[in-house]
Order: sequence, then C-alpha cells, then structure tokens
Amino acid sequence: MKTVDDINRKIERGDVNVVTAIEMKEIISELGTDKASEEVDVVTTGTFGAMCSSGAFLNFGHADPPIKMKRVWLNDVEAYTGIAAVDAYLGATQLSESISNYGGAHVLEDLIRGKEIQLKADGYVTDCYPRKEIATEIGLEDLNQATMVNPRNSYQRYNAAANSSGRALHTYMSALLPNLGNVTYAGVGSLSPLNNDPEYRTIGIGTRIFLGGAKGYVMGEGTQHSPPFGTLMVKGDLKEMSTEWIRAAFFPGYGSTLFVGIGAAIPILDAEMAKATGIRDEEIVVNIIDFGVQRRDKPVVRKANYAELKSGKIEINGEEVRVSPLSSYYNAKKIAEELVGMVKTGEFLLSAPVGKIPQKAVTKSLRHGVKEVKSVMCNAIIISGDTSIQEASRLMVENNATHLPVTGEGDVLLGIVTSWDIAKVVANGENGDVSKIMTKKVVTSMPGETVDIVAKKMEQYGISALPVIDSKRVIGLITSEEVSKALMEARK
Amino acid sequence: MMIQLRFDVKSIRKPTLARTIIETGVLLNIIKAGVEARRGEIIIEVDDKRAEEVMRKFREYGVDTSKIERVVEKDDELCVHCGACLSVCPVEVFTMSEERKVAAEPKKCTRCGVCIDVCPFSALSLPG
Ligand code: SF4
Ligand code: SF4
Repeated sequence: MKTVDDINRKIERGDVNVVTAIEMKEIISELGTDKASEEVDVVTTGTFGAMCSSGAFLNFGHADPPIKMKRVWLNDVEAYTGIAAVDAYLGATQLSESISNYGGAHVLEDLIRGKEIQLKADGYVTDCYPRKEIATEIGLEDLNQATMVNPRNSYQRYNAAANSSGRALHTYMSALLPNLGNVTYAGVGSLSPLNNDPEYRTIGIGTRIFLGGAKGYVMGEGTQHSPPFGTLMVKGDLKEMSTEWIRAAFFPGYGSTLFVGIGAAIPILDAEMAKATGIRDEEIVVNIIDFGVQRRDKPVVRKANYAELKSGKIEINGEEVRVSPLSSYYNAKKIAEELVGMVKTGEFLLSAPVGKIPQKAVTKSLRHGVKEVKSVMCNAIIISGDTSIQEASRLMVENNATHLPVTGEGDVLLGIVTSWDIAKVVANGENGDVSKIMTKKVVTSMPGETVDIVAKKMEQYGISALPVIDSKRVIGLITSEEVSKALMEARK
Repeated sequence: MMIQLRFDVKSIRKPTLARTIIETGVLLNIIKAGVEARRGEIIIEVDDKRAEEVMRKFREYGVDTSKIERVVEKDDELCVHCGACLSVCPVEVFTMSEERKVAAEPKKCTRCGVCIDVCPFSALSLPG
C-alpha cells in the first residue's frame, strides 16, 4: 500500500519509478500484479483525438466607454455571452459565419499559435454600459483569462462506425463508405486514461492531468458519462497550451472539432491499481454501429475489441473491411512518454481526487414528439407482378391510391407502380403486366423509423410515398400526406 | 508507372486496350476505368521501363496518353497520424507503421481525390 503523498515524496527525492501504460502491460506479464505494484509507482496514460465538446471561457476586459456584450464573434465564430458583460464561452464546433471550413476550434488553435483574432461585439446599452458595438483585434496575451473548460472529453471507449446504406456518409466519425466499405473508430484503447482506472479510484474531481500541453484538472465526470463509456469534464489554462496538443480539425459534411491531447498519471497505490493498468486492448469491447440507419438507436453490425480495430482490418459478413482510427495513437503515446519525463523531474506532482466521479450513470435521450412510421402509415394496396396495367389502374381509382407496391411470394417487395407510370403507358397506348413498368429500385421505410427521417428521404429522392417493410414483408405504405400531418402535430 | 488514357468517340469503339497488350506484350494493370458511350478514361499501371513504348502504341490508335506524375502530397507538419485516410483510399496509398505513424506511398496514387476531403487537418493535397 502506498499513498499519493508517499509517491509525491518519492518524486521529490528523485527516486520514483514511472512507466507508460504500454510498458506496464509488459512489466505485469513479467512480474505479476503484486510484484509490479511494488516496483512501479506511477503509470502514465494518454489520448489524442477529436473532442467536440470543448471550448474556452474568455474574458476580454473592459473598453472605454464600456460595453455589455450581447453577441460576440471571434473571426466571425459566435461565442456565448449570457455571462456578464465581457465574458464569453467559445465552443469548438461553432462555425464561422464567413470563413469556410473554420470554426471555434480553429479560433482556439489560432489564439494558441499567437495569431491576432478579429473581435466583433454588439452591446446591450445600459446606463453603466453605454457602448453599442465594438470591433477590434485581440491576441491571447490581451485576454485577462482564457480558460479551457471542456464539458465532455477523454471518452473511455467509443462505439465504432460503419455504413450499410448505398451512399457515402460524412459524419463526426469521418467518411463512411457505402455498403459497409470501411469502419472508423475513436479512442486509443488500453492507453487511454479512464481505461487504466475503470473504478475511478485515482482519477476524480480535482485530479491534476496533462491537458493540451499544460497542467489541467478534472472538474468531474463529463456530460453523457455512462461507464464503461466514461467521460471527464476538464479545465486548463489556454495560455499555457501548445498547438502540438491542441489541434483544430474539420470533418467535411460535419464541421469543425478540436483534437485534444490528455494524459493522466496514475498512482499505483496497491496491487489492484497495478492490475487495472494491466488492461489489454482485447478486453475493451465496443459495438460497430450502422450509421446507414439515421436513428438515434442505430443497429449493431458486430462487436469488436480495440486489438481487432487497431489491426486495421476487420471481418464483416465474411468480408475483410479496412479500418481507420480517428484518434492518434502515435500522439497519445507521446503524451504518455512526455508525462513520464514530467513526473520524473518533479514538474508534475500527483494529486489525490477530492471527490469521486460516479461509477454508475445512464445517459437519457431527448424526448421529442415526432411519431414513428408504424403509428401513422396506411394500408398498402398490394398487387402481384402479373397484374395487368388495366387492373392496376382500376385498383388505383377504386382505392384512391397513387402507389401500388408489387410483391412476390410472402409479400416480399419486388417493385412499385405509381399513377404516373400508368399515365405514361396509357399515353403511349401500351399494355401488358405491371412487372414491365414498375420501378424496381424502391426506397423503403421501416416501422420504427421516425417521420422526420421519412420526410428527408422523400425530399432527397423526390418521391411521395414509401412502402413500409418489416423483415422483408410489405406491411404498409407511408405517403407525404401522413408525414406532413404528423410533422405538423409534432410542431404544435 | 501510372498512365492516364483518354479515349474519344473513335478509339472507344475499338479493342485498343487488347491490341496494345497483344502487340507490345506488356502486362497492364487497370487501376480505374470509366467508359461511356462516346468517351472513356482509363488509368493503367505499367512497368516504368516499358511505359514509353506502351504510350506510343496507344497514341498510334488515337488514344490521348499522359503520365500521372503529380500525385497526392502529405504535409507532415500538419499530419497528426489519426489514420482517417487509411480506409478510404481505393489503392491503399496510406499505411500505418509499426510505431503507428501514417505514411503515404504516393507512387500508387491514381489522383481519385477521395482522401483530400477526408483528412481533418487538410494535410493532403493533389497539386497541379
Ligand atoms: S487521391 Fe485517391 S488514390 Fe490518391 S491517395 Fe488519395 S484516395 Fe488514394
Ligand atoms: S487523415 Fe490527414 S492527419 Fe490523419 S493520418 Fe491521414 S494525412 Fe495524417
């Protein structure tokens, strides 16, 4: 048993034994956890990846005459100002109103780089704040405070992504090729801070960490903290950070985000802690989620552990699919190594948490009134492929229907015939079976899909009705009429 | 070496590719092919030493040829080795090293452009 104080005294004496989490795995397999816990005092960890929920509180100082900022822009990226007169919070994913592929993350990086930023503000005029507007240039050194406060960083693990749909998707998980053409994942597995302390014994409120090249602190659990998908809320001084560890990124089709480098130095208090830091990539399992389904609860393609993901290739439905990491393991390792040096030289002392972050938590979803297809769809008038065009047009008139799904055995969808298709063949004086004229590539819906997604599909493909499919069977039809009615109700 | 072949309305209708292979005896690797009714664009890979000969043959048959020399460039100052580019390049130009740094082997690049927008740090470009 060691305490954090014991270890700090060792650091001050210069005889502390610090290793990275990568080295620790080897030490444990060689010595076992008991022996390793006696030998090793501190294990360093690191991660470097996209952390969208990041930003900074900036205090601009008072102008003369003073202004109470109502709205403020930095290089045309709007920051939140509902906090007194000259404080603002600039979020990483807020986009610039004039510069393309540029957002709050880029302003933060530019500030750290020492660049001048254009500041524009509208004032709310009061007796004590008479100024109406201001436009000037500022640099990091002009700010009274520039405190990075990131509500959700350092995800312990994160579900990987793939895309079963027929078109490429541009997401915060980068480009997802159609037909499960690739897999992307985030996080660095067994090197990441929280995976090395899954019970949050040493990482908690007040823990000193490496944040963007500076010393930062854990404020508590991050938003959406949901162990083992744990997250941290962190803070640090932007003025001490380096662009080596804070980098603005832009995912086309998604927007800007901030790559943040975070590291934690974990005190090996006992054999239990040693065991925790021995965690391997194989033990860290996540789901590969299908982004092709535009719902909050996306289906799982398969499970995968970080060792499989890191290998660069993964098997899906018997085929080998290439995998992209989105976090930089190379930089994460550099952070862990840098931390080893900082602890050894006494530059970085450990701190015991003053409070614990919860080991149990669930993330709730936002409720909203948009209905699902199954509750609003109508009956489909289903016909078979050998129905005559004449008969199909009669059915349309009789049932006041403009779309007839064509099905085969077991109600499996083969195609769809619309009143427009019929009008065309009648105009040309043709006749025959509907199988001749039906559209075979049909855009479909599912019973659990929400109507706003259906509306998007209708717009995207320029169509007005979709057959609803449940395990390959046609169970109904959803038309623009039901969709607009449901959306109107949701808005009320 | 990669060679870009542009076929016009005349050359696209003839078995130019097959003829060139038979007459030169050079093995061609088709990297990318886009053939339409009136024109076509094919990218082939051939042994560097035989490239001139193959190009001459194609030109005889009325095919416009050009070497692909300006390929993808990776700015190592900007790259953070995130690996986003790894899984999107159709010809696997990008690889992850043992120490988990991302390297590019631009010789293979066909200039398809897919990776350019995928890199979150604008570290990739296709000059020229
Ligand atoms: S341009 Fe296309 S072929 Fe060249 S490296 Fe990028 S993705 Fe690969
Ligand atoms: S996507 Fe860009 S930053 Fe990431 S590894 Fe490739 S070149 Fe480097």
